Amino acid sequence: MDNDKITLAHGAGGRLSQQLVSDVIVPILGNPVLNGLHDGAAVRMEGHVAFTTDSYVVQPRFFPGGSIGRLSVCGTVNDLAMTGAVAKYLSMGLILEEGFPLEELRRILQDMRQAADEAGVVIATGDTKVVGRGAADGVYINTAGIGDIIPGTNISPKNIRPGMNVILSGFIGDHAATVMAARHGITLPPDIQSDCAPLAGLVQVMLQAAPHIAVLRDPTRGGIAAVLNELAEQSGTGVLLEESAIPIRPAVQGVCDLLGFDPLYLANEGKLVAFLAPEDTEPVLQAMHAHPLGKEAAVIGHTTAEAAGQVGIRTSLGGIRVVDVPLGGLVPRIC
Amino acid sequence: MADKTKVQRELAAQLIAETERLVAPLGRPVRFMEVCGTHTVSIFRAGLRQLLPDTVELVSGPGCPVCVTPDRYMDQAIAYAGEPDVILTTFGDMLKVPGSVSSLNEARAGGADVRVVYSPLDSLPIAMANPDKKVIFLAVGFETTAPTAAATVLAAEQQGLTNFYVLSAQKLVPPALRLLLADNEARVDGFILPGHVAVVTGADAFAFLPREYHMPGVVTGFEPMEILRSIYRLAQQTAAGEARVENEYGSVVRPEGNPAARRLLARVYQPVDAEWRGLGVIPASGLMVNEAYQRFDIAAVQPVKVLPAAKKTACRCGEVLRGSINPRECPLFGKGCVPEHAVGPCMVSVEGVCAAWYKYGGGRFHYGQ
Amino acid sequence: MCLAVPAKVMEIEGSLATVEIRGVQRKASLMLLPEVSVGDYVLVHAGFAMQIVTGDDAAETEALWREMNGGPRTVE
Repeated sequence: MDNDKITLAHGAGGRLSQQLVSDVIVPILGNPVLNGLHDGAAVRMEGHVAFTTDSYVVQPRFFPGGSIGRLSVCGTVNDLAMTGAVAKYLSMGLILEEGFPLEELRRILQDMRQAADEAGVVIATGDTKVVGRGAADGVYINTAGIGDIIPGTNISPKNIRPGMNVILSGFIGDHAATVMAARHGITLPPDIQSDCAPLAGLVQVMLQAAPHIAVLRDPTRGGIAAVLNELAEQSGTGVLLEESAIPIRPAVQGVCDLLGFDPLYLANEGKLVAFLAPEDTEPVLQAMHAHPLGKEAAVIGHTTAEAAGQVGIRTSLGGIRVVDVPLGGLVPRIC
Repeated sequence: MADKTKVQRELAAQLIAETERLVAPLGRPVRFMEVCGTHTVSIFRAGLRQLLPDTVELVSGPGCPVCVTPDRYMDQAIAYAGEPDVILTTFGDMLKVPGSVSSLNEARAGGADVRVVYSPLDSLPIAMANPDKKVIFLAVGFETTAPTAAATVLAAEQQGLTNFYVLSAQKLVPPALRLLLADNEARVDGFILPGHVAVVTGADAFAFLPREYHMPGVVTGFEPMEILRSIYRLAQQTAAGEARVENEYGSVVRPEGNPAARRLLARVYQPVDAEWRGLGVIPASGLMVNEAYQRFDIAAVQPVKVLPAAKKTACRCGEVLRGSINPRECPLFGKGCVPEHAVGPCMVSVEGVCAAWYKYGGGRFHYGQ
Repeated sequence: MCLAVPAKVMEIEGSLATVEIRGVQRKASLMLLPEVSVGDYVLVHAGFAMQIVTGDDAAETEALWREMNGGPRTVE
């Protein structure tokens, strides 16, 4: 391709549109299903199917450990995994701003390809639109995904009972801390990066260890505070966390201290929480510890009959406070 | 449980038991006011209230800059933000604060260029990159934060910037404490004094408390254990009928404070009478840019007209800020006024008393009750 | 009303320092605290070093604990 920037003509359906697909997108994302370039993909699924969609608008677009491209694959794969399904096919909708550098688009697509390969998922169909300068901020990506639900599993907040354990799969806040650091002139140690990763494999080994895991949820926007409140409310049980049991990296706590954030509200892109019966806890933890994405998995709390619909946390001094539903986005504060 | 946590919990339990023992002979509950909003949040986040015996009450003071900033200031900020050639820079805390009709968040949705900064200094590169715009920093805060804005004014001068301004609503803590003590409506027995204000002012700035009002005060930090230590010290003084200022934050609080910061405050600002939400106008309790630096004061360079605020609601933030009622006693608390739709600033600010009560389970939260 | 955190001074360039807290680094202005050296711990608020941190509050808590348990008062 000669020109190095996206123009309105790339989205107009003519020759340039075709070139964008054949010279840029297909060489990177190509696979037997996509290469057909039909109006839609015809695929075979096995039985009970899960289906989801999500859109990605993150700034900055590239950050240590990931990019909007990697995020757009992992996020949708993970949403499927949380229903007990193994993602098989994704669709990709690209909305590009006029003037967007082609080189950057290539890097984003390469990240999508790599994440798709890691997750064992195929990008089966796609669409590209270009909007005028100023009508979008660089690039937005929508992905939808479809996956086979693992037979014998039944993931639902309705399964939650008092006396269940709450497991968290690893350190919280790595993703949000990485993005916030990039926004506010903070340099992180080299080993801290976004945790953005596809969780399908981890979920599979967990469900093999205990098919009756009550519920799985990935604590993205709003952090573990948001998902635990949702689950407490949907199930009508209480959730009591132990602050000292929640794994957090010192550097992530450092970002929180500097900018005034509560780590419970930080977004994660490669973590999950699971609610499960006490007898399932040990086998599931063992399976998680043997998986690269679950090495630091830990029990962080349990469900209770009292405090129905509420989340509490026992603090380092032994007091218990309410963990509230997060409100709006995180902004650095001085107060 | 980690050993460290266990030791902490045992220490906390012992401090609390000792505090209870100290105040028992008084035969009445003692009331201590944490002046600073960051203390309020720390107390709630650590669940300290429910650890304390019923004989030790904590009441929150007027030390949340967001909460005491009046409608009128927000209206001015929003009016400036509406000017096409203005970029407003602000701490994240101010975005949701309601003025008489809208907030900076709403102004931003309406197209105003409002940018959140971590440091006032972050405004200067923005000013440099936008020479055709006026960059206005919302200078709010107490003695801790005021020097950072003053230093930013000096840095702008050194860099020869002619398009950087501040809109000042900065305030001083001691005059507000004097006002509270004038009638002691809050009936406090002692003050947990704001550690980071004292970093700048020095612990000596609070010597007037025992001297003029026979009122104990303890300067302390923001770790739960430091707060417990200050409560224990206040209980010691109250039990003995003594009054003095103690410093439990000696690692950063010196008697004289930070002389360089104090010099800078004196160089850039002058004290003025200032309006505090809920407390009214307090003499010499605010800081305004002085004549020598007036060209950095947007209110002087380009005054903006705002209509007098005419908001009438049942909101009782003022009494909450004076410590004379607790948030539950306000008819709006948790009903018309919740964090998503805050009526008063005490519910808006993360460190506002009402928000802390609402968010962390009002008063003494007991799990499952 | 004022969040501030202790951080270690790693580097000084004019009136700007690089400070580190739990492995995380950011620039902090020394305009309010000119007398700082590399290696000092400083209290940082809104991008400014506000005071040199001396001693250790954990040690003070420990001293208080000894006092409560019958030792002499060593914390002032």
